[in-house]
Amino acid sequence: MDQVLMSINATNDFVVKFANVNGSGSASANELFAKCILRMGVPVSPRNIFPSNIQGLPTWYEVRVSEVGWLGRRGGYDLMVAMNPQTWDADVAGIAPGGYLFYDSSKPLPKAKFRDDVTTLGVPLTDIANQNWDDPRQRQLFKNVMYLGALSALMGIERDVIVQLIGEQYKRKPALLEPNLHALDLGRAYAEQHFGPIGLRVERRDAVGKRIFVDGNSAAALGLVYGGATVCAWYPITPSSSLAEAFEKYCAKLRVDPETGKHRYAIVQAEDEIASIGIVTGAGWNGARAFTTTSGPGISLMNEFIGLAYFAEIPVTVVDVQRGGPSTGMPTRTQQSDVLFCAHASHGDTNHVLLFPEDPHECFEFAAAALDLADRLQTPVFLLSDLDIGMNQRLCEPFAWDEARQYDRGKVLTAEQLEAGAAFGRYRDVDGDGIPYRTYPGTHPTRGSFFTRGTSKNADAKYSEKGEDYVQNMQRLQRKLETAKALLPQPVLHRAAKPAKHGVLYFGSTAPAMNEAIAKLDADGMPIDALRVRGYPFADSVLAFIDQHQQVLVVEQNRDAQLRALLIEQFEIDPARLVPILHYDGTPITARFIVRAIGERVHAAEGARLRDDKVA
Amino acid sequence: MPPKAPDCVTTRWHEMTYLPKPRLHHPSLQRNAAGFIRRDYEGAVSTLCAGCGHDSISAAIIQACWELDIEPHRVAKISGIGCSSKTPTYFLSASHGFNAVHGRMPSVLTGANLANRELLYLGVSGDGDSASIGIGQFVHSIRRGVDMVYIVENNGVYGLTKGQFSATADQGSKSKKGAINTDAPVDMVGMALQLGASFVASSFSGDKAQLVPLLKAAMTHKGAAFLDVISPCVTFNNHEGSTKSYDYVREHNHALCRMDFISSHAEITVDYAPGEVREVHQHDGSVLRLRKLPEGHDSGDRVGAMNYLHACQARGEIVTGLLYVDPDAADLHAHLDTTPVAFNTLGEGELCPGAATLEAINADLR
Ligand SMILES: Cc1ncc(C[n+]2csc(CCOP(=O)(O)OP(=O)(O)O)c2C)c(N)n1
Ligand code: SF4
Ligand SMILES: [Mg+2]
Repeated sequence: MDQVLMSINATNDFVVKFANVNGSGSASANELFAKCILRMGVPVSPRNIFPSNIQGLPTWYEVRVSEVGWLGRRGGYDLMVAMNPQTWDADVAGIAPGGYLFYDSSKPLPKAKFRDDVTTLGVPLTDIANQNWDDPRQRQLFKNVMYLGALSALMGIERDVIVQLIGEQYKRKPALLEPNLHALDLGRAYAEQHFGPIGLRVERRDAVGKRIFVDGNSAAALGLVYGGATVCAWYPITPSSSLAEAFEKYCAKLRVDPETGKHRYAIVQAEDEIASIGIVTGAGWNGARAFTTTSGPGISLMNEFIGLAYFAEIPVTVVDVQRGGPSTGMPTRTQQSDVLFCAHASHGDTNHVLLFPEDPHECFEFAAAALDLADRLQTPVFLLSDLDIGMNQRLCEPFAWDEARQYDRGKVLTAEQLEAGAAFGRYRDVDGDGIPYRTYPGTHPTRGSFFTRGTSKNADAKYSEKGEDYVQNMQRLQRKLETAKALLPQPVLHRAAKPAKHGVLYFGSTAPAMNEAIAKLDADGMPIDALRVRGYPFADSVLAFIDQHQQVLVVEQNRDAQLRALLIEQFEIDPARLVPILHYDGTPITARFIVRAIGERVHAAEGARLRDDKVA
Repeated sequence: MPPKAPDCVTTRWHEMTYLPKPRLHHPSLQRNAAGFIRRDYEGAVSTLCAGCGHDSISAAIIQACWELDIEPHRVAKISGIGCSSKTPTYFLSASHGFNAVHGRMPSVLTGANLANRELLYLGVSGDGDSASIGIGQFVHSIRRGVDMVYIVENNGVYGLTKGQFSATADQGSKSKKGAINTDAPVDMVGMALQLGASFVASSFSGDKAQLVPLLKAAMTHKGAAFLDVISPCVTFNNHEGSTKSYDYVREHNHALCRMDFISSHAEITVDYAPGEVREVHQHDGSVLRLRKLPEGHDSGDRVGAMNYLHACQARGEIVTGLLYVDPDAADLHAHLDTTPVAFNTLGEGELCPGAATLEAINADLR
């Protein structure tokens, strides 16, 4: 039976997925595609889906175009740019009915390889590239630019915008500009001659505004530069390496003494994560702002030092760009599964400050804040980013810096204060906030020296095995974490338009999907209040929010409901009051998933209530 | 850890020329050029076993710092975990100290050094701390050329955990309980040479005359200075069959040459025949005068030093003295091309690029 092909028609609201071979140079063409649409004033959110491999294995790049501005992953795709024969079958199978398949038609493929309900757009990219270039590498690279050209013609992306972007890209290599434009036009010409415009359209809007387009790792690195970090020690690991690399790149531009050319930063690629955190601990002890960046396996190795820094009260900033665990887990997939581990890292009773950025803007802000918090609280501070935020470019509010802002170096006694006779006992709680005073090594010839150790000690830093000294110290550390609550970024409340019985708690990279889900639920007549948690220990307002709602759902991207566990622990509440909604297959959570999951829970709760009412 | 009962000392340690434990009240009230009396270089009373080699090393450190007119507070003492790593509490009480975690002194010291290049960094470690659990950090801190004095107080055992063999215990040496060590030893001196340490020496806690000048030379050296000091554990490794006992080391000690340390203030008078001495001029103006140079050894030749060391070891000798020094070595700060100003004194003005620059960065990201 013949089917009538109903093609998807959508303007500024669809998903394009590129299937490529790792190492084929497709990344820059794909990024250009996303940027063109942004430059036409339409929000996009791209996501890299890549294997733990350098060359040869499949990679995907998914671009969601959303004029309304939803930046979470949508799920599904309307157009597949199938450039990888290896993954062809699954790539084609996944296209939404009525969608489009763009491919290299140089080699004929059997009919069985195609779908009836999908519009096929074949462009002989290899043939055209072979006719125009001799060098195999060039053929490959320009094939990528050709498909960009063909897509732009098919979808109405303005040529001028692409030309300008390519021009910016090759500002310093003008020789490459002309061949790129040639490739672009070859692709455009072929598409224009052989196909009409397709149903997926990009139309110019003004929906991007002043926002910037950047990945979270670069943003965090820049925040650490602005926040005054001078020492970075790290060991390469996906998905955090690009943070250290970005720090180096920014420092080389922004942290070189203009007169002498000397560096106001030191970056050590250490032999492992134990050394990384050791270096950071030593630098923090000695009064420099220092950080390390890593992912789950690195945190595992750092545990002993984290306990030392907690107990000996040394400022340490750790960026954990989370990936799928446990063990090597899913090294190139995203998760929020180090939350509980970081909150209590190391043996014995420990408790650490966590920050949960939602996007690159907050990565910048919280990274700078982490350095202040570590100094103020004299303790490890974790910036818990993840692969989804860290390694994907995201549209976000521009970075901002108040010119009058001063670094908070915390309670440090100077030589003058010591000379003037300031009383000093390293672990005395002088101000009642649990935070003691410290001195930097080398400050004063006769006053202010003390011995730092991981063993128990009295308030004057003298070795002590007395139970009361130990207990007092541990209680003071607890008080210190209590003080932290008010210093951390406070939760962000989104109240439903109508009074809502249900509330949802979430954090970090779940935010874009949650924003969309909340709007959808509202439109579906299921209003829900939402509170985005931004720091741990949790503010008291989180408990108030829980108390205000009949049912509170906790949405997170791990198996064990880790944030929920921390909430139950801190607030000592009945676990039944917090309903977990968990997504942990390594892909970023979607609004579709959240809406369905919340819908089910809310209906179940309402149904149960109705039944109870009848019984009563 | 509970201190060891002193009655487990079984050997004739008291016959050795170990240095006495630092006492809180030193008779001499004479001030050195920096204006300090010797007591200013002392620390808390040691809780180590009486006769422990580590105490002699502490005493040598005190003497070296005092004689070098170092301001005590301009020293940072950093250690790992072990009896040896406890010793920084027993010297230089006006210095900040950091008793870190087991085997990780080098990384903490590296970070501290990056934060403030102006202090003198004394890294104190044990053979367990540096040759077993922390061997990676030992290796990499030396490779990087961290400007430090890295002292290993080497007794061939884990003193603090009561006498297990450490990785520097010689093959065939006998534990106090009679067990024979079958594993080959880690040779930290040989490794330090191979790894590019710019100052490598070996010594014996019982030889103050050799140790103090070596410490002074290491403290004035710019770059990674490594000192392996054999330091007998009187409680667990000073018996017959041990190769780290006072007796054994005395019998097998092959002292390379006499080294005099001549500070930058001292007048240099040459009264030796040419060929008999070699002088090494250090960057701070001090001079290392090497006398009675042995045949076949040249402290300026890294490869030669390795060969000489191995030849002596093959003969069963324990080589002590200055094995190698490169007075012109570059340190980690030089490699990283860092500003001469201590990082921990830099503020917003030097570190924060400011709002206007951020605006330009924003513009590039659109
Ligand atoms: C991670 C860890 N493992 C084990 C220990 C127990 N421990 C303490 S000191 C020590 C060995 C110390 O040996 P060495 O460095 O040679 O010092 P010594 O006591 O001989 O001077 C060990 C194994 C520890 N503190 N930390
Ligand atoms: S190293 Fe040996 S002698 Fe020294 S304190 Fe420890 S147990 Fe005692
Ligand atoms: Mg030992």
